[in-house]
Amino acid sequence: MSAAAELRERVAAFLAEHDPATTERLDLLRARYDAGLAWVHFPPGRGGLGLPRALQPVVEEAFAAVGAPDNAPHRNGIGLGMAAPTIVAFGTPEQQDRFLRPLWTGEETWCQLFSEPGAGSDLAALGTRAVLDGDTWVVDGQKVWTSGAHTARFAILVARTDPDVPKHRGLTYFLCDMTDPGVEVRPLRQLTGEAEFNEVFLTGVRIPDAHRLGEVGEGWRVATATLDHERVAIGAGSPARESGMVGRVAETWRAHPEARTPGLHDRLVRHWVDAEVARAAGLRLQQKLARGQLGPEGAAMKLVFARLAQQLSGLEVELLGDDGLRYSDWTLVRPDRVDFTGRDAGYRYLRAKGNSIEGGTSEILRNIVAERVLGLPGEPRVDKDVPWKEIPR
Amino acid sequence: MTTHAVPDLLDSEVVSDLRAAVRDLLADRCPVGAVTACYDGDRSLVAPLWRAVGVDLGLAGLLVDEDRGGHGASLREAAAVAEELAAAVAPVPFVTSAVVATTVLAHAGTPEADRLLADLAGGQVTASLVVPWTTAPEGRVPAVGARVAVRSVAGALEAHVLLVPTGAGDALELRAVPVGDGVTVEPVVSLDMTRQLADVTVDAAALAAAPVVATDARDALRAGLRAGTAVLAAEQVGLARRCLVDTVAYLQQRRQFGRVLGGFQALKHRLADVYVEVESMGAAAAFAVGTLADVDDDLEQALVTAVAAAACSDTAVRVAEEMVQLHAGLAMTWEHPAHLLLKRAKSDQLALGSPERHRAVVARLADLDPPGTRLG
Ligand SMILES: Cc1cc2nc3c(=O)[nH]c(=O)nc-3n(C[C@H](O)[C@H](O)[C@H](O)COP(=O)(O)OP(=O)(O)OC[C@H]3O[C@@H](n4cnc5c(N)ncnc54)[C@H](O)[C@@H]3O)c2cc1C
Repeated sequence: MSAAAELRERVAAFLAEHDPATTERLDLLRARYDAGLAWVHFPPGRGGLGLPRALQPVVEEAFAAVGAPDNAPHRNGIGLGMAAPTIVAFGTPEQQDRFLRPLWTGEETWCQLFSEPGAGSDLAALGTRAVLDGDTWVVDGQKVWTSGAHTARFAILVARTDPDVPKHRGLTYFLCDMTDPGVEVRPLRQLTGEAEFNEVFLTGVRIPDAHRLGEVGEGWRVATATLDHERVAIGAGSPARESGMVGRVAETWRAHPEARTPGLHDRLVRHWVDAEVARAAGLRLQQKLARGQLGPEGAAMKLVFARLAQQLSGLEVELLGDDGLRYSDWTLVRPDRVDFTGRDAGYRYLRAKGNSIEGGTSEILRNIVAERVLGLPGEPRVDKDVPWKEIPR
Repeated sequence: MTTHAVPDLLDSEVVSDLRAAVRDLLADRCPVGAVTACYDGDRSLVAPLWRAVGVDLGLAGLLVDEDRGGHGASLREAAAVAEELAAAVAPVPFVTSAVVATTVLAHAGTPEADRLLADLAGGQVTASLVVPWTTAPEGRVPAVGARVAVRSVAGALEAHVLLVPTGAGDALELRAVPVGDGVTVEPVVSLDMTRQLADVTVDAAALAAAPVVATDARDALRAGLRAGTAVLAAEQVGLARRCLVDTVAYLQQRRQFGRVLGGFQALKHRLADVYVEVESMGAAAAFAVGTLADVDDDLEQALVTAVAAAACSDTAVRVAEEMVQLHAGLAMTWEHPAHLLLKRAKSDQLALGSPERHRAVVARLADLDPPGTRLG
C-alpha cells in the first residue's frame, strides 16, 4: 500500500473513533495531535509520524472531507509556521511537551518579538537586554511591528545577553509568556486602517531559564532557522491553481467583461502565467523539503510571491474602474488573523505592500540569495569585529 | 478548475545519471571552438557529435519503445538530455528528430511509421518534421499541396527523412519523404547556426511516391509539437542555467575598483533575480514535462505546456542578455561562448510558437477571455 493510502486509512480509523459530529472541537484537535495526525512530518509524540511533509495534504483533505473543524491556522501563522519548527529543532523534550500541543490546537497562539525600532533589516543589532537573575532572565526593551501580539499567549523573542561581543554572538533566543505583567502591547495602526501589528514594551519581564531555546549566545543561529521557516511560510503559497491573489483577480476579470481592455488582458495573462510558474516552483520546493532539509531557497519563493501579490492586487484595482476608487472600511480594528487575500481589492493592494517587507525585505532576501545560494561575497561590514556596545547608533 | 495530482518535479536517480553521462560526453566531444565554427560554415562537429550522442550513448532512441529498438524512456529523460545539450549549445538534431519527429511517428500508428521509428531508434537515420520552426503546437499546422516549399525548417539539414504534412483541414496526412531526387534542402544563414534552418522543397513526383505514415495526422502532429515545446522549455532552462553559472563564476573572480565585482550589491541583486527566475522556469518546465509524462488530460497538458513555453522562452532570453551585459566587452567577442547562448536563446524564443501565441493559448484554456467577449 502506498504511504498516502496508509495515511488515509489511519485517518479513517481515527475518525471512526472520534466522530467529528459528536466530539467537542478541542477534544477532537487534541486527540488528532496525540494520534500524530497534526503535522505528519513532525516526530512521533510531537503531533507527527515522521513522514514526508508532502503527505500533509492527504491528512488535511481527509479531515476536510468529513467536515472536521480545523485548528484555525490563519490565527496562528507565526506559531505554526515559525515557532513550532524552531521548537522542534532546538527545544528540550520538556519544552516540546509543554508548547507544541496547545500551539497546534490553537489554544495558545504565538507572536514574534524580533524587530525593534533600531533593528529592522539589521536584526542582529537589536538591543533588548536579557540579564540572568538566579535561574530567571529579566528582559527590558522595545519591540515593534509585532503582528498578533494582542492575541498571542506566547512569543518567540531574541534578546541581547552579551553586549561586549560582536553583534551576532551576544544574542539568545527565548520563549516569552505574553501574560507577564511586564509585557505591554500597544496597537500600531497600519496603512490599511487596521492594527494587525503592535508595539511591545518589555519592562522587567521574567523568563525562566527553562524557556530559553538553544544555548546562551546561540540566538542568531536559532533565529536564522526561524527566518528560513518564515520565508517558506509566507512564500510557499498553495498547491491549488488560482488559489492565491491570482484567483481573486481572475474572478474579477471574469465577472467584469465591460472592464476588459487589450492592455489589461496582456498584463493579466502574463501575471497568470507567472503565478502558475510560481505555483510549480512552490510545489517543487515542497518536494525538495520532503526529501531533505530546509535551506535559504525559501527566500527565492518569497521574493516571487511578494512581487506577484503586488502586481496582481494593483491590477485588480485598475480593473475595477470606479469601484477601484472605493474602500471598504478605514476603521481601526485589531484583527485576530492575517489574510493577504481577504476583504476588498483596495485592502489587498495596500496589505500586499507588506509582503516585500515582512519576513525580510526583498532587498535583504536578494542579499541572502546572492550570498548563501550563489556564494557571492558578503556586504562590506563596518561592524563585523566590533563589540555590539561600541557600534554607533 | 480541476487540479491534478502533482507530477514529480525532481530528478530521479536514473535522470541524474543520464545527465551526468551526457555532460561528461559533451565536456569531451563538444568544444566551444568547434561549436563556434558552425557560424563560419564549418559543420564538421555535427555528424561525429551526433554519432556519439545519438548512436553511442543511444539517445536517438530514448523515446522509442523497447520493442522497436529504443529505450522506452519518458519525456523526463528527454528533457534532461535537452537541458544538458543546450548548456553546451551542442549542434545535434536531438529535439527535432529524437523528440518531435519521433513523437509524431509514435502517435501515427501505422506500420510504415513503426518501421521508420525502428530506423530512428538506432540514430543512423534522422528525421525532420517539415513545418516552419515557429509552428506552435496548439495552432493550425501549415500543410502543403501537391508541391512542397517550406521555409525555415529545423533539423532538415541533418535529416535523411522528411515528414511532410500534406492536404488541408480534416484531411491532413503525413508522408515520409526520403531526402534524394526531387527534394532540395537549402541551408539558410540562421541567427542560430547551431540549429541551422533550411528551406525545403519537394516536387510533386517525389511527394506522390513517398509512403503515407499517417492518414489523419492532426493528433500525431500536435503530440509531436507539444512534446517538442515542453522539451524546448527544458532546453531553455539548460541555456539559462549555464548563463547564470558562468556569470556568477566570472563575477566571483573579475576585479575592478580593487574589489571582486560580484561583491557589488547592484550586481548581486541582479544575479539573485536571475537565480530566482532560473529556478522558477526550471519548475515550470519540469511541471510541463512531468504532466505530459504522467497526466492523461489533453487540456491540462496543453495548458501547462503553454505556461512553460511562455515563461521559459522569455526568461532564457533575459538571462542570456544579462550574461552579455555582465561579461561586458568579453561577451561581445567571437571567442567567448556568451553569443552562442544568446543566439540560441533568442531563436528558441520564437521556436514552436512565440511567447505571445502561448499566452493566447493560456488565456483560452484558463478561461481568461480577451476584451470583446461577453459573459455566458
Ligand atoms: C506587515 C508587517 C508585519 C510585520 N510583523 C513582524 C512581526 O510579527 N515580528 C517582527 O519581529 N517583525 C515584524 N515585521 C518587521 C519586519 O521584519 C521589518 O519591517 C523588516 O525586517 C524591515 O525592517 P525596517 O522596517 O526597520 O526597515 P529598514 O531595515 O530600516 O530598511 C529600510 C530600507 O532599506 C533597505 N535596506 C536595509 N538594509 C539593506 C541592505 N543591507 N542592503 C540593501 N538594502 C537595505 C530595506 O530593504 C528597506 O527598503 C513586520 C513588518 C510588516 C511590514
